[in-house]
Amino acid sequence: MKRWIAFWNIFVKDLRAYYLKPPNISWGLIFPFAWTGMFFIKSGGVQDVMMMVPGVISLSILFGTTSLLSVTVTFEKKGKSFDRLLLAPIPLELLMLAKTSGAILFGVVNAFVPVLMAVFLTDLSQVAWSAAISAIVLISASSTFLGLFVAVSVSEVFEAQTFSNFFRFPMVFLCGLFFPIERLPVFLKPLSYIFPLTYGADILHGAFHGDHIMAFSTDFTALSLFCILLFLISLRNIGKRWIL
Amino acid sequence: MNALSIQGLAKRFGDVQAVSDVSVEVTEGELFGFLGPNGAGKTTTINMLTGLARPDAGSIRIAGIDCTGNPKAAQHLIGVVPDESNLYPELTGFQNLSFCAALYGMRKKEREARARELLDTFSLADAGDRKFAGYSKGMKRKLTIAAGIIHRPKILFLDEPTTGIDVASARQIRQLIANLNRSGTTIFLTTHYIEEAERLCGRIAFIVKGRIVRIDTVADLVQPIQDKHVMKLAVLTSEPTLRKSLAAAFPDLMFQDAGQGSIRVEADQPIHVGPLVRFIEDQGVDVAEARRVRPSLEDVFVRVTGIEADALKKEKEKGGGRP
Repeated sequence: MKRWIAFWNIFVKDLRAYYLKPPNISWGLIFPFAWTGMFFIKSGGVQDVMMMVPGVISLSILFGTTSLLSVTVTFEKKGKSFDRLLLAPIPLELLMLAKTSGAILFGVVNAFVPVLMAVFLTDLSQVAWSAAISAIVLISASSTFLGLFVAVSVSEVFEAQTFSNFFRFPMVFLCGLFFPIERLPVFLKPLSYIFPLTYGADILHGAFHGDHIMAFSTDFTALSLFCILLFLISLRNIGKRWIL
Repeated sequence: MNALSIQGLAKRFGDVQAVSDVSVEVTEGELFGFLGPNGAGKTTTINMLTGLARPDAGSIRIAGIDCTGNPKAAQHLIGVVPDESNLYPELTGFQNLSFCAALYGMRKKEREARARELLDTFSLADAGDRKFAGYSKGMKRKLTIAAGIIHRPKILFLDEPTTGIDVASARQIRQLIANLNRSGTTIFLTTHYIEEAERLCGRIAFIVKGRIVRIDTVADLVQPIQDKHVMKLAVLTSEPTLRKSLAAAFPDLMFQDAGQGSIRVEADQPIHVGPLVRFIEDQGVDVAEARRVRPSLEDVFVRVTGIEADALKKEKEKGGGRP
């Protein structure tokens, strides 16, 4: 019980201190809003909205979670307030889950901004919501853990953003959001499958317009494995880099 | 029972051996001082004891619990006040304390009552609703100490608690540390302020270049030099030959360079100022000041560690405050 009190309070503290701050709320709303508007104008019509929404959801989650988590954790580590958490009598796994839960929730909320906009533009009654929502949660978790991996690998806040982009931009262009994976050059195709977003985007495409290239079970398994792997690598790196 | 038992602790960072073969026993209720210059290995030792660093060798037992490979095992029993005030700048003083209490699993009602109690104790009640970022250095230090004891730890690790703060705040913090110890908390205090260690601690370990060079009670450390007679002469020259001439002319006296143009004179018998001053002036050197000095722990430290008082003074200045 004591551990869960700590968990809950770390989660709530991070929400208040970082995610519910006006600049981040506006980032969380404006960023997906801008992406949706941009793609909507380019698509040229309401009929393409169903094709566009999975991509905008994925981008909103990816950029929202990785930006905030990698910066907040690096900021706390640099200010040494993170040491206070490491000194608390709670297991490292639970501590890091508490630190990442806020970002995961932030990603999920971000994802629903384009969905809400789409409600006014098209009929979403055919969407497989259970698959879509599960994918949103898993994309959010894997992106957050990617942000954690980045945060643990750098020591300065500006490095966190630069290093995040090293993963984010190749992922955006190779995960099947802009170019279908089947149409990518042969030598780039294998790269697509090493990114978690590829599997998340595939589920969302399937859930929104039924057009997906892998079985949902494969996508969910791969996304879950990415989440576990990134979290475990981050924990190991914290142990190696931060507990000297 | 020992509150803390360390055997053969060692830690290396690359080519630097930060801590070597450190062994210390601290009994329950003791206020133990860990004294050494900057870079001596004090913070590294505290980090290993609290779980922020892994020892390369040695063992650590806290309140009888073996924490060598599992620092989490005793983290509920310890409080840590790091050398930098590391609370959350965006939270208020009250929120910071309440959050720190929650990290130890305290329920809302209990942690809020405890936070208010500590804000009162540390004379911060009026600033409780202000953000930590707006606190003065002294207030930040006090709140960081309050956060360290929010869960009523059995053992408190205090790392340089008065470094870089004003005289009044430092005095208040020392009083709070003494009160905490009187109420039964075992305290492991690191400092490079010799006077602070002398005033507060029952026993002291001197650490230099990662090695403990002496552990004893303050009384036993000071006892051998208490019967000595010490004088400091401020002379207006930095010529080293003056000390040699003095040593030749006054073989019963011991002369040491005390830095900044001062010569420290030590003897078993009372020192007569007149002949000394006349001799120096005959050498063509003016004497600006001659004063008797009470032998202190600083003299013991200089004698045991070989570190000149001048070097320590420079470190104090770097720290920005005086105890």
